[in-house]
Amino acid sequence: MRSLFEGVPARAAWGLVCVIVLLYLAPLVFGGYVLSVLILCCYLAVLGQAWNVMMGFAGQLSLGHALYIGLGAYASGALFFHFGLGPWIGLIPAFIVAGAMGALIGWLGFRFGIRGVYFALLTIAFAEFVRILFDHWGWVGGSSGMFLPVQNRNIDMDAASIANAFWTLRGPNWVFYYVILTGMVACLVIVRLLMRTRVGYYWLAIREDQEAAQAMGINVLRYKLLAVVISAMMTAFGGVFYAFYNNTLYPESIFSIDRSIELLLGVIIGGIGTLFGPILGAFALTWLGEGLSITQEWFDIDGLKLLTYGVAMLAIILFRPAGLWPWLRRLLGMEERRPDA
Amino acid sequence: MLPIEFYFDAAIKGLLTGSVYAMLAVGLSIIFGVMRVVNFAHGEMLVAGMFGAYLVFVTLGLDPILAIPIVALVMFLFGVVLQRGLIDRFITAPEHQQFLVLIGVALILTNGLDMIFGPDARNVQVPYAFASFEVGPFFLDNVRVYSAITALALIALLYLFFNHTLTGKAIRACADNNRGAQVVGLNVSRLYAITFGIGAACAGAAGCLLIMVIDVTPHLGADFTLLAFTIVIIGGLGSMTGALLGGLLIGVSEAMAGILIQPSLKSSFSFGLLILVLLLRPNGLLGKRSS
Repeated sequence: MRSLFEGVPARAAWGLVCVIVLLYLAPLVFGGYVLSVLILCCYLAVLGQAWNVMMGFAGQLSLGHALYIGLGAYASGALFFHFGLGPWIGLIPAFIVAGAMGALIGWLGFRFGIRGVYFALLTIAFAEFVRILFDHWGWVGGSSGMFLPVQNRNIDMDAASIANAFWTLRGPNWVFYYVILTGMVACLVIVRLLMRTRVGYYWLAIREDQEAAQAMGINVLRYKLLAVVISAMMTAFGGVFYAFYNNTLYPESIFSIDRSIELLLGVIIGGIGTLFGPILGAFALTWLGEGLSITQEWFDIDGLKLLTYGVAMLAIILFRPAGLWPWLRRLLGMEERRPDA
Repeated sequence: MLPIEFYFDAAIKGLLTGSVYAMLAVGLSIIFGVMRVVNFAHGEMLVAGMFGAYLVFVTLGLDPILAIPIVALVMFLFGVVLQRGLIDRFITAPEHQQFLVLIGVALILTNGLDMIFGPDARNVQVPYAFASFEVGPFFLDNVRVYSAITALALIALLYLFFNHTLTGKAIRACADNNRGAQVVGLNVSRLYAITFGIGAACAGAAGCLLIMVIDVTPHLGADFTLLAFTIVIIGGLGSMTGALLGGLLIGVSEAMAGILIQPSLKSSFSFGLLILVLLLRPNGLLGKRSS
């Protein structure tokens, strides 16, 4: 607990606790549409937090994170589809597959000294390559998709049924909401704790100057790999959730480069390399997106939503390159005290 | 076992399409070679060029090949304005910020085109669309032959421009040694704008040639951005000859993969090639070794 809140001003800590409690109470007030948007917000925040570990903290740009969403989703989805294994058991192979893939890409990339542009392209190439393989893999449905069986959207309100709904991830929307919200908070805590350990400081050192970090005796390869693997596993959790929440998996859409871009947009807008940036960005972007989708349908203009995303992204990079969160944090007077101050 | 002519036929088709790919890739390569900026909106610029050629065809009834000067000029001006207004501020910014700026531009281009033209596929039917030359046992579509010749001629023109004109040489000087170019009094910012304009014009011209072969929809861009990257990485980022070679190689390998394995698997072939080249020769087949 101490290292979780160390250096955080009291008002910021209380503010955070209040926001989280309010989020946990949200299903009592909202249902239906609002709740489904909140689920999307938390889902995107989990993915953003994962991407941020790799890019924001360890400084390795990945443009192929859809790969890990897809692997997580397909690993757990296929086990459920073929053997009836539930999501929490499926999470283990999802972690293993995504982590191994991340380790492979990271190892190949870092071992062969591929950096910057080239590394980003390597991540895209792998994502596209795997997408095409899944398109042709009959066991998981190929390009015609895989559909998870859906049942009991409505459950009895006794303890056993509720526990069962959480265990099997088959139930009403609020079950999914609590799972992904808890996932989001867990990711936040994990990353916060990681950033207080030696590993976190190593990542920052590598991000700022890889040669200097190496000269200081940091095993750069090992810690960059660790960042990729952790990031891939967190993304795979998002993928497992996606599989059971959406119930339909198409390689075409789940591995698509659009998904990789979408998940980093929120982080850019919220603030790259900050803990709350991905969360703020995900909430801002999702609500903006919903509003734009409705406008788009009203006026029947295709592309309005994504066009605005593009404009928002340019505006942020031009005028607030650090993102919204650092600016908002200063405004609220919630800046963290530096350990040496 | 297919008759041997079948493979030759596919290889020739691949070479012809590959020349157009090379045209596209040369633009990307020039921009990277000179400015060290990776144009993540290159495929989207190609799609804009395709729509440009379509518009010219529908309004003026002009053949897409004859539309090249118009479309290329518009794309050149677009490139200059984009570089002057936006990208110039990010020349010294961290790499990922440049990426993100261009990804933003790509999103705006794709969805802007979507808003204007809608998601439906459009195509241009030239009068000679179904005609073909008969050379020995092979049939070569007129469309492909004309577009390949045009693409190669344009690449040759660019080569002459960069080697025999003062502006071209000045741009190469910027690429070789940015500070040195500034010291001898070259207006680097202006030359960058011209370079980006040329890169965009290449994409536009390639769009004119490609619209005769495939239908255009606003969302094709990302695929072609990736294709251009694959070609340029295989040939070596920043090398014009490399881009030409890579374009032909990818053209042929796609055509071959189309008959040897399932057509839908053909792009996995180029991605596999991309991964291999990245790992084994990260500077490309013809790229300079970095120090």
